[in-house]
Amino acid sequence: MPIKVESLCYTYNPGTPFARTALEDINLEINDGEFVGIIGETGSGKSTLIQHFNGLLRPTRGRVLVDGVDIWQKDVRLKDIRQKVGLVFQYPEHQLFEETVFADVAFGPRNMGLDEDEIGMRVRRALEMVGLDFEAVKARSPFELSGGEMRRVAIAGVLAMEPSVLVLDEPVSGLDPRGRDELLEELTRLHRKFEYTVVLVSHSMEDVARLAKRLVVMHRGRVVADGPVREVFRMTDLLRETGLGVPQVTELMHELARRGKDVRTDILTVEEAKVELLRLLRGEGRVR
Amino acid sequence: MFGNITIGQYIPGDSLVHRLDPRVKIFITLVVITVLFLVHTMAGYGLVLLFILGAMLLAHLPVKFVLRGVRPLLFILVLTFGLHLFMNEGRVLFRLGPLVATYEGAFRGFAMSMRLVLLVLATSILTLSTSPIELTDGIENILSPTRALGVPAHELAMMMTIALRFIPTLLEETDKIMKAQMARGADFQTGNVLQKAKSLVPLLVPLFVSAFRRADELAMAMEARCYRGGQGRTRMKQLHVGAKDVLAAIGSTAALIAVAVYL
Repeated sequence: MPIKVESLCYTYNPGTPFARTALEDINLEINDGEFVGIIGETGSGKSTLIQHFNGLLRPTRGRVLVDGVDIWQKDVRLKDIRQKVGLVFQYPEHQLFEETVFADVAFGPRNMGLDEDEIGMRVRRALEMVGLDFEAVKARSPFELSGGEMRRVAIAGVLAMEPSVLVLDEPVSGLDPRGRDELLEELTRLHRKFEYTVVLVSHSMEDVARLAKRLVVMHRGRVVADGPVREVFRMTDLLRETGLGVPQVTELMHELARRGKDVRTDILTVEEAKVELLRLLRGEGRVR
Repeated sequence: MFGNITIGQYIPGDSLVHRLDPRVKIFITLVVITVLFLVHTMAGYGLVLLFILGAMLLAHLPVKFVLRGVRPLLFILVLTFGLHLFMNEGRVLFRLGPLVATYEGAFRGFAMSMRLVLLVLATSILTLSTSPIELTDGIENILSPTRALGVPAHELAMMMTIALRFIPTLLEETDKIMKAQMARGADFQTGNVLQKAKSLVPLLVPLFVSAFRRADELAMAMEARCYRGGQGRTRMKQLHVGAKDVLAAIGSTAALIAVAVYL
């Protein structure tokens, strides 16, 4: 289910004194099975962009193609598009409303008009996918869960529609370090095991560096870089200009290289840095 | 989704109208409203309209944008005009089945619709050119003499400030939750009245939850800054009536009263 965005522009409140252009001439393609990270500082248009992927916003100009079909053609049912492209908003736990976890997760499948057996199966599967114990949580009120659990339930609510593309807007913001590691772990597992196409919006360099394979950098409503993660992080100057910077370990390697050490500068994670630093120290004969 | 609501919005600016004392602007708006109920001739309405358009231009407000605020009123306008058109006695204009439209009805219908439009325009100029904070400061100040009678002027003003402050926040929140539920296949548009009402549950429950959470947080933040009501509170920005305020008040009032008396 590839998503293709062609010369997309979007303006908020057009024709009023509050008109604000949020997106300008965006061209982007998200292919099946990819894990794409979208980064950009606050107000760069990330959230506006992803709301075009499932037809929640209508482009002021340009087209959005899902599976090769322009989603704003007359005969396209947006409900179908929204089932195929699952969108998890920032702080998704704010959308919980039902009396029980089961009923809340079932909201999406029920809107799709599935029968009760299928709904039950999907709710169970979705809750297990996000690492929750179905039997233990199904009858509880979503409002008495912990913050991290609420967020998982909310994400399960989107997964239960079994979309083929999963788009998440800052899924770990506001979670504690453990909750955030666990959730990111689940996402990687979903991507590997169920071959979900995942689009992850974030402003944490560390998170996207660890997870995504391809990176799209946004700045003031435009895409300023798009490519494999390592290549994008090599453009340190561009990233600094957009107010983002690179992961701290990458920064460290750049600094070492600047001081004349022979190290790779395309390091993204602490693990990789460890290997590279040990190699360097061995070379200098400091460790064996 | 809610970007087209102009009432209660404020367009920042530095025009003469923006800089007038909020109390003076409230006073002039009240005079306009009173005069609107006193005039009975087309010329009278025309002059009030001219006055309002003048104020709009002086305030550098985009006329098209202000006029758009009248759009939600369209149904009421048509109804008002229709009722007056057919319910008055007088010279026959045309017949529509058992209904008789009269010249007098058309005139009165037009006058009433005009009155409604001008009311909305006058008040929206006030809110568009006055920041919510200034507006409530002004209201608090106007109400302050009644404090001796037990009217909680400060508390009323504070409540209004908070309510106004949260309108955009709640609209944004509504928009966001609506989209989140639409992403899960919710449908807010189709169906009969009952289905539509039911489809609002997934929107209203989260909205209430978040409104209460925000209220809690705000109360905490206010307490953390030692808020304890209006007693002994001083202001950073004192309201001050200057020469231009006096001139504006006297000039507008005189002009409007003249219109009311002679037309």
